[in-house]
Amino acid sequence: MQGALIHIDRIAPGVTVQDLGRPNIMGLGLSHGGAADRIALYEATALLGVSRVLPAFECMGIGGTFRFTGPMVIALTGTEMRAKLGERSLTWGACHPVSKGDVLTIAPRQSGGYGYVTPSCPIQTPLIYNSQAAHLTAGIGNMVQVGDCFSLGGPLCDDARNMRLAVSPDRYTGGRLRYLAGPQTSLFGAETLERFHNTDFTVSRTANRQGVKLDFLGEPFGCDLSDGIASDFIVAGDIQMTGAGQPYVLLAECQTIGGYPRIGTVIPSDLAKCAQAPTGSTIRFEPITLKSADAVLMSEHIQISALRKQVTAMIRDPHQISDLLSYQLISGVTAGDDL
Amino acid sequence: MTDDHPIVTPKIYPLGMDALVIQFARTVSDAASAAVQFMTATLQGNRHEGIVEIAPALASLLVRFDPNRVSRQTLNSWLTTLCADHDWSQLALPKSKRTWEIPVCFDGDAAPDLAEVADVIGCDPSKIIAEILSAELRVLAIGFAPGQPYIGMLPEHWNMPRKSAITAEVPAGALVTAVRQLVLFANPSPTGWQQLGLTAFRPFDLSAQDPVALRAGDAMTFVQASQSDISALRDSENPFGGASCKVH
Repeated sequence: MQGALIHIDRIAPGVTVQDLGRPNIMGLGLSHGGAADRIALYEATALLGVSRVLPAFECMGIGGTFRFTGPMVIALTGTEMRAKLGERSLTWGACHPVSKGDVLTIAPRQSGGYGYVTPSCPIQTPLIYNSQAAHLTAGIGNMVQVGDCFSLGGPLCDDARNMRLAVSPDRYTGGRLRYLAGPQTSLFGAETLERFHNTDFTVSRTANRQGVKLDFLGEPFGCDLSDGIASDFIVAGDIQMTGAGQPYVLLAECQTIGGYPRIGTVIPSDLAKCAQAPTGSTIRFEPITLKSADAVLMSEHIQISALRKQVTAMIRDPHQISDLLSYQLISGVTAGDDL
Repeated sequence: MTDDHPIVTPKIYPLGMDALVIQFARTVSDAASAAVQFMTATLQGNRHEGIVEIAPALASLLVRFDPNRVSRQTLNSWLTTLCADHDWSQLALPKSKRTWEIPVCFDGDAAPDLAEVADVIGCDPSKIIAEILSAELRVLAIGFAPGQPYIGMLPEHWNMPRKSAITAEVPAGALVTAVRQLVLFANPSPTGWQQLGLTAFRPFDLSAQDPVALRAGDAMTFVQASQSDISALRDSENPFGGASCKVH
């Protein structure tokens, strides 16, 4: 039987299909890639109650219009965006049933960050090196275009599932990023490092899946490159200084090898915060020891299990019920907030 | 072997939560490159439990592990012992198994930084071209972007730093240089390296059976081509852009 489809009626640039990417083939020059905010995909997994992480539409900043040809459930995670099903507003950080013919509209609330739309019927696109993730800098996959039509697999959860997940608000505000020292940290002098830790950085508009540029006031963060250091390995989370001493935090779609020195590597749990930091928000860096970092490291499995326990049934907010007057409410007066 | 940086001393650093990097030297050299290739082969033949990836760079080697299967500490001790067992000063580059010959154009728009590089080295652009055409080159590592080769080593006087300002974009197929190496860009890309030429070679082609054509260790020579040759090769369906590969 033919599965349901999703038609793309409108789309802004920067929407791609993402999953957890392609680990362990750096030797071919392919960086890990996948969702800029992996935690948002774990949240979708918990909301949908499915056994594996499903591919999602990653909306960088803006969004689009998705039309469904069959019933399914969609999870909305990551940076909060405006979501409407037809004329009805949908709560973000939740999953909602959709029916045949429904149209979902996703629009931005702010500049920066990544929102995720994950259907419970898995998006079917070709597997390349065992992943569906678009890696545009590598020439793998495409941006989602108007007129695209995605085939879907069968639904992996109950069609009526309507759940929510309270997310710590500091996941989307920038803030403190902990980082590990790496092979090149010692190229930076103690004074430069101290100044780096005491500087407030501002998230620039120059941000994409490759990295986030950080603006700051003051002298560039220079280091000793007198010998012309050999190009060396790069991983997502690396804090790279260009030759001009300008910092970038590198994200999922970074290069695999590069010559600009790296101060260190932001730990995975804080990297999602960096990817999701809105334009203009403030970031500070704090070194963390390997021992402390190991203590806070959680496997994918443990993170998803923890999120599953936090998922609760959705209680409809009366403000969002468009046909409220047609409901049989209790007689007498109610303020509407005592439900 | 000419080499101004013969000292190879392996040092092991953590990189992020799940990788260790064995750095043989800070700077590129024939000796460091030989050490990387030797250690890559050693680890490929003798994988410790929990290692999930081994990748060579120019003067370093990445070992990624699954923290659920082996601890960083255990792996670090094992690698330290392996490194201590070798005399790193006595290595030569292993013999190459294949040689590639790749057409490249050094004219006009294909070589926007040729004059500047000639100026930095202090010779005529024609001598720069002659040195690239006659150099004995190897693919030292694949990286930055999929399939993209780092090629070396050019003579010592090519040891120029990257530009401090990034060029917004060089085209796919661009041949660029910095620190005694050449890189052949797989995709349009920003770079701090200087562009000396343009090829029609596609280092990464998803329609091919093996999308990544080159491997670390391959030998490479360049042959001069005209702008019209390269245009015609770029328009053709052949991902190798007129390149040939001899297996030894």
